[in-house]
Amino acid sequence: MAKSNKPIIWGTFAAGGEVVSLITPVIIVLILFAAIGRPPSALGYEQLHAFAAWWFGKLVIFGIVFLSLWSQAHRLRITCFDFGLRADGLVATVFYVLAGAASLWLILILSSI
Amino acid sequence: MMDVQLAERQAELEVLRYNPEIAGEPKFERYSVPCKTEWCVLDALNYLKDNVDPTLTYRWSCHMQVCGSCGMMINGEPKLACKAMLRDYPGVIRIEPLAHFPVERDLVAVADDFIAKLKRVKPYLIPSDKRSLEEGEYRQTPAQLKRYRQFAMCINCMLCYAACPEYGLHPKFIGPAAISLAHRYNRDSRDGGRDERQEELATNEGVWECTFVGACSEVCPKHVDPAAALQQVKVASTVDWYLEHFMSWVKK
Repeated sequence: MAKSNKPIIWGTFAAGGEVVSLITPVIIVLILFAAIGRPPSALGYEQLHAFAAWWFGKLVIFGIVFLSLWSQAHRLRITCFDFGLRADGLVATVFYVLAGAASLWLILILSSI
Repeated sequence: MMDVQLAERQAELEVLRYNPEIAGEPKFERYSVPCKTEWCVLDALNYLKDNVDPTLTYRWSCHMQVCGSCGMMINGEPKLACKAMLRDYPGVIRIEPLAHFPVERDLVAVADDFIAKLKRVKPYLIPSDKRSLEEGEYRQTPAQLKRYRQFAMCINCMLCYAACPEYGLHPKFIGPAAISLAHRYNRDSRDGGRDERQEELATNEGVWECTFVGACSEVCPKHVDPAAALQQVKVASTVDWYLEHFMSWVKK
């Protein structure tokens, strides 16, 4: 039997799972600080804008968001299957297209900074 | 020696009975069995077979969690009947053959599918460099042993297959125990057969059918943790894939 090409999907899913479990909680805490008007001084608007304008900053932001989107698309696909929605091809297409479209949108946003 | 009196208990068993030669449909039969409180479910079944109904059919051999023969569903969970203690089951105990397998008779599941899959993944040593008898034994450090020892604990009891919802949905899935055992040899310092095994493992029917539910690891009576083995195989297969497609000059 031929070897599977599943690693393309699973690799990003697994990497995204790591990102979501390790980095997303930190981002949520930082956003909570920002929401009450007390972001840490090193993470103020000016500093973060400068980070996002830097090419490596763009790369980091893209990596985090792209991997999170892809892993959650795959997670939702599997969850649908587990809840009995067995039209897997359709479900997969919808979620992966959404993740892909959002990634393209992110590239547009990052390139305009 | 002091004579220890064990407390008695009348255990209520609901056992799935099926004899393809007589009745068409499997049906539950209710039995009331006089038991000692420290007995396991297998003891109760043995009492039943010896004293009540000799036609009751089930597999068992060692009675000490080593042979892996007496796997069955006990109150809906895959268990070794010799490891399921009566004291943990206060009410009526419902006993069925292992889920996801065809039934041969009563509590006996047909294991052919598992055995065939086990064969496919070559769960035996394929030495990387063959040694002659004169050269002596293959030597291994305790650290090298530790790399695979946990996965070598598998006793082929098939509880993980009965617990795995993916195997229930996709019977072609090679499954937890077979992949864990293949992984056991892949991690062995003496072995050189990984490329051969990957032909089976790195396929859609192989490790990629697994969605990491983890039920296999919860029911495993020998703490093999098949789910961990499969995740490790996935990571290694993903690295393989990228090497094969983008860096074919790098040796795996």
